[in-house]
Amino acid sequence: MVGARKVAGGVANFGVVAAFTGFAAFPFAWMAITMFKQTKDLLDPNHNPFVYHAPPTLEHLRVLFEDTLFVRWVGNTLLVGVLVVLITLLIAVPAGYALARLTGAAGERLGIGIFLTYLVPTTILFIPLSRLVAALGLQDSLWALVLVYPSFTVPFCTWLLMGFFKVIPKDVEEAAMIDGHSRFGAFVRVILPMSVAGLLTTVIFSFTLVMQEFVYGLTFITTSKNLTLSVGVPTFLVRGDVYFWGSLMGACFIASVPIAILYNLFVDRFIAGFTVGAVKG
Amino acid sequence: MATVETRALRKEFTGHTMAVDGVDLAINEGEFLVLLGPSGCGKTTLLRMIAGLEHQTSGDILIGGRLVNELPPRARKIAMVFQSYALYPHLSVASNIAFPLKAQGAPRASIAGEVERAARMFGIERLLQRKPRQLSGGERQRVALARAMVRHPDVFLLDEPLSNLDAKLRNLARDELKQFQRRLGTTTIYVTHDQVEAMGLGDRIAVMSGGKVRQLGPPQEVYDEPADTFVAGFLGSPPMNLVHVDGVVAGFRPEQLLPAAAAASEGSGPTVPMRFAVERVEHLGAGRLLYGTLPDHAPNEKVIVSLAYTVHSTIEAGRTYDFRVHESNLKFFDPDTGLRVPARPLRRTG
Amino acid sequence: MTAPALPRLGVASRAAGVADSESWLGRLMLAPAVLYIVLVVGVPFLMAIGYSFSSVTVGTSTPRFVGLENFKNALQDPAFLRALGNTFIFSLGSQTLVIVLASILAIALQRKFRGKWLVRLLILLPWVAPISLGSIGWMWIFDPIYSVINWTLRHVGIFGPDTWPIWLGQPNLAMASIIGVHVWRTMPLATVISLGGLSSIPQDIHDAADVDGAGFFRHLFVITLPLVLPILLVAVLFGLVFSITDMIVVYVLTRGGPFDSTQVLASLAFFKGIDGGDLSGGAAVALFLLPVLAICAVLLLRLARRAEVV
Repeated sequence: MVGARKVAGGVANFGVVAAFTGFAAFPFAWMAITMFKQTKDLLDPNHNPFVYHAPPTLEHLRVLFEDTLFVRWVGNTLLVGVLVVLITLLIAVPAGYALARLTGAAGERLGIGIFLTYLVPTTILFIPLSRLVAALGLQDSLWALVLVYPSFTVPFCTWLLMGFFKVIPKDVEEAAMIDGHSRFGAFVRVILPMSVAGLLTTVIFSFTLVMQEFVYGLTFITTSKNLTLSVGVPTFLVRGDVYFWGSLMGACFIASVPIAILYNLFVDRFIAGFTVGAVKG
Repeated sequence: MATVETRALRKEFTGHTMAVDGVDLAINEGEFLVLLGPSGCGKTTLLRMIAGLEHQTSGDILIGGRLVNELPPRARKIAMVFQSYALYPHLSVASNIAFPLKAQGAPRASIAGEVERAARMFGIERLLQRKPRQLSGGERQRVALARAMVRHPDVFLLDEPLSNLDAKLRNLARDELKQFQRRLGTTTIYVTHDQVEAMGLGDRIAVMSGGKVRQLGPPQEVYDEPADTFVAGFLGSPPMNLVHVDGVVAGFRPEQLLPAAAAASEGSGPTVPMRFAVERVEHLGAGRLLYGTLPDHAPNEKVIVSLAYTVHSTIEAGRTYDFRVHESNLKFFDPDTGLRVPARPLRRTG
Repeated sequence: MTAPALPRLGVASRAAGVADSESWLGRLMLAPAVLYIVLVVGVPFLMAIGYSFSSVTVGTSTPRFVGLENFKNALQDPAFLRALGNTFIFSLGSQTLVIVLASILAIALQRKFRGKWLVRLLILLPWVAPISLGSIGWMWIFDPIYSVINWTLRHVGIFGPDTWPIWLGQPNLAMASIIGVHVWRTMPLATVISLGGLSSIPQDIHDAADVDGAGFFRHLFVITLPLVLPILLVAVLFGLVFSITDMIVVYVLTRGGPFDSTQVLASLAFFKGIDGGDLSGGAAVALFLLPVLAICAVLLLRLARRAEVV
């Protein structure tokens, strides 16, 4: 009977989706539970970990914000993030436009070449880069990160923006040029305002890439107060061998979930840009 | 072949748009029925419900006298040709045509033969090993048709299959399509927005608007005796002239208002004089289009007259002429509902 | 950049400047990006190659050319060979799982249901959250004493009284654990890419298959999957490139242990080059990643082009 099969199919479908969603989200839910649990409740192997045996506490968060460098790391990360995003926009937006409109066949190949540099792993580059950074006197400084991070945000965002710009019909610019603008003028006054969505997507994605970065942060920066969140939390929130799990989980949660929510708002555009960029070259 | 029937068929989409609003149709065996209407009138939704691709909100569908409401498409013994042809892009033409046979478990040995026969019927044997992307629009259409007929369905459902073809090819394709249907004798339901196609292909036409069937009948009947102003305006190009006179809407076709002399020689019966003030003349090669008004009847409404090349009268823009229309060609409609009302004498206002 | 000209039609002498010339404008707008990439990616890349052919440590001021010695040493080093093997296990193992699971999930997500936005947000979490933080979360989940996994499985009865696996402390388990975490983190991207591929199949094709009589499995395996395959392969290659070069999961969770059983090439390069100060050795290890990457990049490009099916 069609009805029963449909229902069974629906249930199986729901099961699959629920299972994967649970798998994906569980560690974060676990972070959320842990960060409010009192330490004596947390570190008792006989306690049911899913239940609060003692009332939830904000102590771990207090420790995190007052007794650790967490807040400082947040500041560092935001600083680097904003600067890198700005640099990325300044470099990648014109480059993306140039590749989408102004360069023809050679441009296609160059665009692919630029994208390929995104694939060059940080684990090959970090050794020579650490020497370069030392030579410039930037070791242990956030400026090293500001200098180096665009090496992955720029290729990625150039290619993303190329895809976005390609989709805008040429007629709009041509109309602007007939109306009296130069090509560059048309770009600034007509195309950019139309591309706000693409630009915002670039901003969010660059910022996310910065937040996620670990290897360069670990390599270039050694003093704990200069670290970014991604490096500081896993390496310096421990005292000797003792992990302060409550604060640690709190830090992880706070540093992960908000950016994920923001990112989620822009994913659709990213997919559109991704499939257009990849398939049409 | 089978009959197709719909009873009080309704389809409501979320957001309370009533796409199909109570349609009763009885389609005869072997008939070529056209669902004609503008985009959004519900014709494609209706077709998809008959196919089983959309589930109706209420109402019944019967194929061959059998209630098929809960049956999935593959159990209804129908075949469908989509506007985009929907050929499987990664399969060869031969595999495309063979797909329905394989899906329904036809014996392996017979499949190749069936595919050959179907291909030969449409003249595409030499294309069997090609992929869809290597074919022209016309060739793809034939593959779609071959795939549709290969398992001898009871009903063919066609969703604007000619609209993706080059305008020049369309006439020929239309001719081939009708001949093919006549030969097979399969009941066919055809959706289109092109009224020329509808008139040329249909045994009967169902004119649809707003989810309802406004009129159902043979092409000449729908053309000559429209049931309301919508049907009157939709069929015919240029559309029927509808003017507000004397508290009623009077309608006549552009080719039915003629210079007095020509009108007299065009058949018998009383004619009604209507002076026509010509504003602009278009020479279209096969005839002329005159744009103007009727100063005595409806001086503020635009009227279009179509003169065949056989009408030799000299017509100049800016002048007014004595034109006439046969009484039998004047149709009257209620100004509020648009429905057809009985004929009556026309009074001049001027 | 000069301010764009604001001419009106009829203003006579507006000479066409850079802002008009298409080819020069293009080059100018592209220049910063190209320049930056050459300096910050190209030069270090060449340096890495240079290092691998010389003898450089943190203390050296002048490098000495040594030819293929570093590479030979690496190939004879059991630690290197083990890392090489681990890298393959880690990458191929995790990405095989990912592609299968992501396809299943993508197909399940085709159906309409309420709250999809929430599902999507949650499914993307592992990918968006900084992986170092996600890994620490898993470290707590895998904790030798307080592991919630162990507690739950014991309580449900699946684990017996003597079963208390040390997820990150026993060699095979550790590899399984880091593969698991890596699958957790790369699945969202593969799912999203697969979803994109699935939604690019026109609905007409699905309808035609239904009308033609295809049942669930024929529809899935003869129509849907072949049409998504090119995009799936792009996802796989992306994932592979990503996995082969990743060191974060290993570094945070196990530091390569226990007993080097989870050491991969990328983490080995780090420990040798940065912690150990042997820049050449580290560079040589890292450079072994290159041929593999080059092959993946070429394949990826070919497939991305061919992904235009219709």
